[in-house]
Amino acid sequence: MNPESLARSLAQHPFCKDLTQAQVEFLAGCAKNARYDAGEYLVREGSLADALFLVRSGSVAIESHIPGRGSVKVDTLGPGDIIGWSVLLPPFRWHLDARALAATVVFCLDANCLRGKVQADHSFGYAFTLQLLAAASQRLTHARLQQLDVYKAELR
Amino acid sequence: MTDALLLESMAIVRVRRETSDTFTFDLDARPRGGFRFAPGQFNMLYAFGLGEVPISISGDPLKPAVLTHTIRAVGPTTRALEALKKGDPVGVRGPFGTPWPVDQALGKDVIVVAGGIGLAPLRPAIYSMLSRRQVFGKLCIAYGARTPADILYDKEIEKWRGRIDVDLEVTVDRGDPDWRGHTGVVTGLLRRFELDAERTVAMLCGPEVMMRFAARELESLGVPAACIYLSMERNMKCGVGSCGHCQLGPSFVCKDGPVYPLTKVEPLMSVREL
Repeated sequence: MNPESLARSLAQHPFCKDLTQAQVEFLAGCAKNARYDAGEYLVREGSLADALFLVRSGSVAIESHIPGRGSVKVDTLGPGDIIGWSVLLPPFRWHLDARALAATVVFCLDANCLRGKVQADHSFGYAFTLQLLAAASQRLTHARLQQLDVYKAELR
Repeated sequence: MTDALLLESMAIVRVRRETSDTFTFDLDARPRGGFRFAPGQFNMLYAFGLGEVPISISGDPLKPAVLTHTIRAVGPTTRALEALKKGDPVGVRGPFGTPWPVDQALGKDVIVVAGGIGLAPLRPAIYSMLSRRQVFGKLCIAYGARTPADILYDKEIEKWRGRIDVDLEVTVDRGDPDWRGHTGVVTGLLRRFELDAERTVAMLCGPEVMMRFAARELESLGVPAACIYLSMERNMKCGVGSCGHCQLGPSFVCKDGPVYPLTKVEPLMSVREL
């Protein structure tokens, strides 16, 4: 895919909805398309956070391995979601596994390239980080609701 | 409804186990000429000698010969109802309360958001919309349960999922090794549906905290607050707004609810004393 058409496709992703066209084009310089088959890992816990993923289609399980219980799924992500805010946060290591549940297509944003652009252009860095924060905030809200265990039976 | 305080005895014709603590029974309404209700309404069910509980009607409004309720056994009265068998009598008063705004949704997209046993009061609305599917826009259903074993109406859900005119997603808060579906909260599903947000009617039922989170998410997607409806639950006793047990601010849930527009209950939901 040439850079122009990559930028055009990237602009359609919800993560980019509040970025300017110039910012999306700037971001597209770090992006490439990637495809994962069902069962294939996008990232493994503990390994180097070398990319941020914007999910275009498919389904990805966020999991953690618990000895004796195997892989425990904590969330399922799909089109419009992002995976990988660890790319901006030292020590740049993944905290959980991400595994494709079905054939999954993503934009893969190179971590070194991203960190370079965020440093080089603070205006872009601010807009990008704001999008990342919005996604993290939404994920945190969902995790808190999950933690509340709202469907547990209460005696009446 | 003839006399709201008059109890009718109706016989159980069928009992189905839904989950480890939830069951559905059908009551025979033929001797009284059928039982008519609007989706979202509830009845007071009496376990003879023990007490009454408010239970939403979970059956098909177009099949008045049977009156269906899905009940979670969590207290003495619901456990007594759980122990009943085919042929046993149950006391019934009702139907009570306000219905889901099914007719207001004509020509619009509809999103149904159910959590846990909250799917039961919404099922009559789903039946009603499916019976005249062509007069609505998109029909999206988001259902969240605690675990895969807590999913209600699993066979029916598969049937709905198989329809090309229904967009249905199911999630569980906690999966198990055999669960191949979605894990995460029901609010996390809402962004996945492609709705005409400004022309969407939302119907929410589940634990109050889930509805609060879901309502906020829908508002952030552009669904007008006046088009978001919730089914509230309080301690309903008389069913006619006389006893005051279910008072919610200036209204009585049994009479003015249980289905309210968000605009009416949102200010009250944040008042902890209520």
